[in-house]
Amino acid sequence: MIKKDIFSKSYWKYACVVFLTYTVIAGFLMPVPALEILHETIRNLYFHVCMWFSMMFILTVSLVYSIRYLNKPNEDYDIIASQTSYVGLAFGILGLITGSLWARYTWGAWWTNDPKLNGAAIALLSYFAYVVLRNAMDDEQKRARISAVYNIFAYVMMITFVMIYPRLKEVDSLHPGNGGNPGFNKYDLDSHMRMVFYPAVIGWLLLCCWVASINIRTERIKRHLQNQ
Amino acid sequence: MRKIRFIPLVIFLLCTLLTQAQTPLANPPVEMADGMRSNGKIYVVVGVLVIILFGLFAYLISIDRKVSRVEKSIEENKK
Repeated sequence: MIKKDIFSKSYWKYACVVFLTYTVIAGFLMPVPALEILHETIRNLYFHVCMWFSMMFILTVSLVYSIRYLNKPNEDYDIIASQTSYVGLAFGILGLITGSLWARYTWGAWWTNDPKLNGAAIALLSYFAYVVLRNAMDDEQKRARISAVYNIFAYVMMITFVMIYPRLKEVDSLHPGNGGNPGFNKYDLDSHMRMVFYPAVIGWLLLCCWVASINIRTERIKRHLQNQ
Repeated sequence: MRKIRFIPLVIFLLCTLLTQAQTPLANPPVEMADGMRSNGKIYVVVGVLVIILFGLFAYLISIDRKVSRVEKSIEENKK
């Protein structure tokens, strides 16, 4: 019996289409604050930052399902935990590449020694290790259990290096809201940008969930056919 | 005597006004791509991106439907 749940429903996928279409149109046409150095690249906020938000969200889902798997070893929890972390990794890589391009034209280099860049790279490497770890084991239950435990560790690494380390007072970051500064920079508070930024976050989050849902459903079919 | 004291105060106040009046000159407006939008060419970029986005959505929807069909066929084979 193949499970039917919210992943097969379509209403939230239509919402995703609406939000992202709005993001692309309003993201280019709405007024933005005129700032030195950034100029029009400030519009990257609607795309680059949303990659990271989506990654954080989907990896949190992955963590929750890993914990649920350890609590009750249900095969479906392992499927959701693994597929969501793969999608989270993909969105993280997109965030890293787009950030690198943005950095080239605003900070002057493809890669700087910014704590957030290095932290994000370490976080992604810990999720690469998750993929390698999963592929290294054949026994399904063993793989599910060990990778669930590792996933909790990888999530803690990710939060530490992406959220906590760049915010320490001792390190200085080029990113807004870092280096001892708790809030976002003033351009985030612009009311015109908020009108695009919040729907953009929702839209990209839903797209991330959509891709993950397709992965989850195909993996369910694969396991179902294997078990027959 | 009071009036004489008052005069430097007014002068200093006027000086502050003068410096305030000069601040916009010290910071010229940041150059943005306003010209591009007024020429209407940015709409071309938006159009291209919307087409790409809809192409991706169409692709995602087709994959989604394919998965649904496979799920359905597995269910029917069972019966």
